[in-house]
Order: sequence, then structure tokens, then C-alpha cells
Amino acid sequence: MAALWLARASSQLARRAARRLPARHGSGEPTSPWFLGVVPPPALGSPAVEKSRRGFCSVRRFAGESSAAAAVDEEPENGFVASDQQAVDFPGGKVSFVAEMNFLPDSMKERINCYRVLDDDGRTISGSRFQEVSKELALKMYTEMVTLQIMDTIFYEAQRQGRISFYLTSNGEEAINIASAAALGMDDIVLPQYREPGVLLWRGFTLQEFANQCFGNKLDYGKGRQMPIHYGSNRLNYFTVSSPIATQLPHAVGAAYSLKMDKKDACAITYFGDGGTSEGDFHAALNFAAVMEAPVIFFCRNNGWAISTPTTEQFRSDGVVIRGQAYGIRGIRVDGNDALAVYSAVHAAREMAITEGRPILVEALTYRVGHHSTSDDSTKYRPVDEIEHWRTERDPISRYRKWVQGNDWWSDAEESELRSRVRKELLQAIQAAERMPKPPVTELFTDVYDKIPSNLREQEQFLRDTIMKHPADYPTDVPV
Amino acid sequence: MAAAASSALHAVGAVASAKPRSAAPAVARRRSVRVAAAAKGGPGSSGRGRLVTRSAVAAKADEAAAAAGSKSGGHELLMFEALREALIEEMNLDPTVCVMGEDVGHYGGSYKVTKGLAEMFGDLRVLDTPIAENSFTGMGVGAAMKGLRPVVEGMNMGFLLLAYNQISNNCGMLHYTSGGQFKIPIVIRGPGGVGRQLGAEHSQRLESYFQSIPGLQMVACSTPYNAKGLMKAAIRSENPVVLFEHVLLYNLKEKIPDEEYICCLEEAEMVRPGEHVTILTYSRMRYHVMQAAKTLVNKGYDPEVIDIRSLKPFDLHTIGNSIKKTHRVLIVEECMRTGGIGASLRSAIIDNFWDYLDAPIMCLSSQDVPTPYAATLEDATVVQPAQIVAAVEQICQ
Repeated sequence: MAALWLARASSQLARRAARRLPARHGSGEPTSPWFLGVVPPPALGSPAVEKSRRGFCSVRRFAGESSAAAAVDEEPENGFVASDQQAVDFPGGKVSFVAEMNFLPDSMKERINCYRVLDDDGRTISGSRFQEVSKELALKMYTEMVTLQIMDTIFYEAQRQGRISFYLTSNGEEAINIASAAALGMDDIVLPQYREPGVLLWRGFTLQEFANQCFGNKLDYGKGRQMPIHYGSNRLNYFTVSSPIATQLPHAVGAAYSLKMDKKDACAITYFGDGGTSEGDFHAALNFAAVMEAPVIFFCRNNGWAISTPTTEQFRSDGVVIRGQAYGIRGIRVDGNDALAVYSAVHAAREMAITEGRPILVEALTYRVGHHSTSDDSTKYRPVDEIEHWRTERDPISRYRKWVQGNDWWSDAEESELRSRVRKELLQAIQAAERMPKPPVTELFTDVYDKIPSNLREQEQFLRDTIMKHPADYPTDVPV
Repeated sequence: MAAAASSALHAVGAVASAKPRSAAPAVARRRSVRVAAAAKGGPGSSGRGRLVTRSAVAAKADEAAAAAGSKSGGHELLMFEALREALIEEMNLDPTVCVMGEDVGHYGGSYKVTKGLAEMFGDLRVLDTPIAENSFTGMGVGAAMKGLRPVVEGMNMGFLLLAYNQISNNCGMLHYTSGGQFKIPIVIRGPGGVGRQLGAEHSQRLESYFQSIPGLQMVACSTPYNAKGLMKAAIRSENPVVLFEHVLLYNLKEKIPDEEYICCLEEAEMVRPGEHVTILTYSRMRYHVMQAAKTLVNKGYDPEVIDIRSLKPFDLHTIGNSIKKTHRVLIVEECMRTGGIGASLRSAIIDNFWDYLDAPIMCLSSQDVPTPYAATLEDATVVQPAQIVAAVEQICQ
């Protein structure tokens, strides 16, 4: 009875897995599109290790190479698989067994390779394959990267001058921000951590809207309730930033679940840093997404630092991409400072997520050039010349600029015009945001619930009475 | 043993509702402002075949009348079936309602509240999740922000402590911090409270931990009637609602109307009108109170028993009217003494009704100890009817 159940379970698993292949795969050999050819083969390593691992670590196990898929053909009518001396049934499928005791190594001999398209001088690497971009798209990507950089500079300075209380830059991660956003559609749902304002910028959030949120004035869509950089826009499908790390990962699975229920042609994408992958929510969200076959892209910005914690103290695995396999999720490691590589990877990930209904893990290697935030001085825990190296020689914007200018699509004159225009726009936006009044005290109590309940109304009345009685103790520029 | 206990509880409830209610019509009329607006034509006469938002007071007074007067006479069911009926009705009415939790799908739920739902609505709408409470609650939050109405089940309320981060930092907050752009119409429900020798980790009273989270609403059901009504109301609410069920009340049997009805989330329920003392209670302690009420009536007391039902916010209107009448308050709760619902309720009553009190507010709570396994010890940690009788005698001196 148990054997029958086990046999049925393993063949059920194999059948369900076989169903996941897109129709065009036919016999299991991928023919198109170009990026499906880069689904990685089984891990390199010692032969003994490879043999014992083939059963369950290979990404291509459902493409006909393993015993699980083979079991589909062998299954007799009564569902009972003839017992095989070399394999045994367990819940979860058939596994080959081996008489030699071999522990899987803690790491592979070689690290997972990193996909890149542009070399350090902005020239496409010969033989590289990537998603083509039109001149218009390429230029939009470039100008938005520059805008993001200038926005970061000016808002950071504004914080240093005491005009806003807090800021957090994306220095060094402009390619990640803009190129990933460019590969998405407006129906795709974005669940950011906090270092992805470029995605919102790409979608159409104006510099004035950014400034309003940072100043917490009455035009802020968050009604002055959140710290600076905690942007959110329902209209642009960008979930409001919530400070706790990695809580947005399960949210992303939920959002993808809702897209799946509605059968929408869209996916969810969620961003997080290397530090965020230590949170419990990371592991559970990846596991859920795999089990639920949710169309979500997990985008990790591995920038080397979680405030002062370097990745060597964050985890001992080969970065983040290696963990996808543990959950049954396809993953890729990409050069995060290469705009074209990021664009191509997210473009491919999105297509796989939507057409195959599966999660994808993207690990973008990059460097956090700026401090963690305005509350941090990173020179205290890392060498200044390391920061300088990444700020100058490995800058994603200048690298991409070389490619764009190499195509004769951009000139130095346009560069200086763009920079001075954006700078001027930002300064004006800041001035306007600073002058705009703050939200009135009534907004302190609204939106806690859909309708304001009596206890909050009482508290509001009590506060208003106090302000009336002691006006000198309260700011004059906040309307009551 | 469980069956005997539940039928004993049911018997208490039945006796209480059979008592003559001379005060009932007067109280019902005082509460009828909201009911009249919804019911168009007074209690009892309206609502046949139509959805009626009923004040529980009016409903209790004429429940017998409604059941007798309605076309089909009502139907009897157990509390877990009432919760299930509510889920089925709401999932049929609104395709965005979905259920997620551990073993809710084909297993039917650990307490059978979701039994049969997966067959009716499919695997996607009744979702079995891996064991990660913080994450599937977070998943519910994300889905809600995108327009679904998830009902998240904690297999035991105590396990939802793992979901505290998502519930506090996101569920309760994101509507506010997003400036109203994203709403979170989620229902988080599950069995909690002290059961029968389930051990300390399975005997948590989460209402005391959650009560200060802004943005959350909390309700506790105690009868099949209000379980169904509150579940429906919670699903329809635009706010995140935590619905507290009790492990020992799932097999309570009651006859409920055939017509559709919902209960108001913010309203308390008048269980037994009286003159001498206001006893405020909720969930399982309601039955201990009603058992004590039998003894008290024999001794000549006339307690007014209110099941507060709405734990956040408190229905200070109903509670206040009662205090203005009796001038004495006893709170009977299952929370621990420190930081429980009783502590907050006491504070709210003092703030609002100090002038009407003739005696200090008494509060009977569970001991500040982890709930022991041994049955005798476990019984000693929660409030027993004898203590309630003694407390009323003391208050009414």
C-alpha cells in the first residue's frame, strides 16, 4: 500500500514537472529563444561527486536526463514501479543510491560564472549574446542613469545642509536600477527594498514627486508619514518602501499569486541586498515561490556590504545565486555594473517567469559606492582607495556611456547640457518642496483605518485642544 | 471528554437564552439607532431574504422570533461549520476572497473550518502553504495590496507570533505609510486560548500581544451565530482584521438563521441584561460567566453580561450604557493579568466612565504563568465560575 502510494507520488511529481516545460521544448532539447541555451549544466567537480549529484542538483533534470523523468515512460498500468536495485522510492521521487559514502562538498571547485556583455572600456565582448536595444531605449537608459546619479548627489547634499533629515544613495548601482526597470512592463509589480528609486524614476515619478516625499510636505503621496526615500506609488505599481529588511519578499510572492489568479501577462519583481538574503523571509519566500510556481523575479543587489558587514561575514556560500538551486529555482549571476547585461538578464527572467509561471533568481554583482545612508560613514570600516576604485574605474555610468558614444548616439555637448538641466530641475524641485506646507494635523489620524474610529477622533480632538491652549509650544507652519 | 465539555457549554448557553428578558426591549430600543438605519423597519420584521446588518442586541432579543418567524426556521450547526459557511458564502460572492494557511486545502484544516473548500474553489484559492508563518502572512499582505482579500489561517494563534513582524510592521502600517494608496483587507484568524492540556506554546492569548498595533481591528467570536456574522464582516472590511476563535468552542451547537446576515465588527453583544453589576467578557470566558450567572441568580443577584466581542476598538457605547445603569464592573478574561485586554479595558472605562462607578473595577484574569500541561494546574490558571461568583459578591457588597 505504501509502495503504491510512493510510486504514484513519484510519477505524479515527474508528470507535473514534465508539464512545466514550455510546448516548444518537445523532446526536451531547447531550440529558442537564445537565452534558454544558457540554462547551466550540472556542476563541475570530482566525478564521484557528479554522479551522485546528477539525480537532484541538475537544473535540466526534467528535460529527460534523470531517472525521475524516465519513470514516466516506465510506469505500468497499476501504477506500481518494478523495484530496481539501483534506485529506491521515497516521498519526493526516486533516487539512485550508491554504496560509497560521499559528502557533498561545501562549495564547488569554481564559482558560478558571471554574465557580462560590455568590457570595462564599454565595448561589447566578442561572442556575447544580449537583448538588442534601440537607440531610443539606449539613450533613455543612459539619461535616466545620469539623472539618478545627480538626484542622489543633490539630495545627499540637501541632507548634509540640514534641509532633509535623511537620505540613502544608489551610487554605483545606477545600471541595476535603470536597466532592470527598462526590461519590465508597467503592469509588472515592483516591490523594492530601499535602494531602487531608479526603478520608480524610470516609470515616471517626477523629480518634484521625489522631493515632495523627502520633504514630507502635503503633496507627498505618503502624506508625510514616512522617512525620506520611502517612496510608493500605486499608480506606477511600485509598492511603498517599508524599512524592515526582506519583508517585501513574501509580499512579492503574494503579489505574484494575485497575478496568477487573474492570469495576467505580468510578473512581480522584488529587490534586496546581500544582507537581506540572511533574513528568514528570503528563504521562505523563495521556497514558497518555487512550490507555488509564482511568476516573480528575485533580484539581489549583491553590493558587498550590509552597512559595515562585508559579504564574507554575511554568508559562506558562493554568493546568492547558488541558493536558487537549493529551492528549485533557476538563477543567473550577472555583472550589475553592466547595463546591457542587466537589461538582458531581466528581460529573459521576465519572459521565463511569465510564460513558464516560475520564479527566477538574479544575482547582480556590484559595489555600494556610497555610504549605507546619511547615518553612516563607511570610511570607518573599509579602505578609501577601495571606494575610489569602484567610484571611478568601475563606474557603471561611464562604462555604459562609452558604449553609447561608441555608437555615435551621444556627445560631450549633450552630456553637459543634460547634467546642467537635471541639476537645475532638481534644485528648483527642492526649493518648491521646501516651501510647500506640511500635511495638517488631521492627517496624523487618517488612514490608520479606512474610516477614522471614535477613539482616534477623541485623540485628535484632545491634541487640537492642547495646541489651541499652548500655541507657542507648537510649530506655526503646520496647519491644524 | 471534549464532547461532554462542549455540550455542557452548550447547555449553559441554552439556559441563559431561555431566561425571561424584561429589560431586553428597552435595551434593544436604545441600540436600535444603527440597526434602524440598516434594517428599515425595526428588528424582526426586516431582513427576510435580504442582507441585514443587525445589532447583536436586537438580534439576541428576537432571535427566537426571527428563527420562528423566518420561512425555513433556521438550521443547527457547530461553530466550525458556521465559520465554514461564512467562508463559502463570501468566496461565492466575491472571487477575490481566498484562503491560505497550513493544511487548509485537501486536509480541510486542522479544525475542519476549511473542509471541502479546496474541492469547491480549487487549489489556488484555497492555498496550502509551507511552514513559514511570517512568510505566508507576508504573502497575504502582498496579495491584499494587489486587490485580493486573503483569509490567512494560523493553525494555532500562538504560531502567529512568528508572523508578528509582518502583522505589526506591514499589515497594520502600510495603509497609513503609503498615504492610503494601498489597502490591506486581510483577515487573520485561528484558534487560540487555553485548551485542554495543549501545553504552554499552544495556549497563547495573542489578543494581548496584538492589541497595541495601530491599524489592526480585533474581534473574538463565541457562538456559531456571531462566528459566522463576524467572519463575513471581517472579510468585507477594508481594514486588516484579526478574528480570534477559541480551541474549545469549535463544537458548540446553535441554530442560526437561514437568511444571510452579518454582525457588526465594532459592536458588543448583550448576553444577559441585568441591574446589579456589569460583567464584561469575551470568547470562552463568556460560558464560565454564564455558568456563574446561574449560581448568582439563585443567590439573588441580577448580573448584566456583555460579550464585548470587539477587542479593538472597544464598544464603549454599549459598555458605557451598561455601566451607567449598574455602576459596578467586573471584567472576566482569559488573558494574563499583565498587559491583557482587561488591563486596557479597565483603563478605557476609568477614562470615560469614572463618575458612574460606585466600586473599583474588578478584573479576573489568568495567572501570569505559562499554561501548565497538568489538568488540575491548567484549570487553576484560568478563571473559574466560583471565582466569578465570589467577585460579584464582593463588588456588590
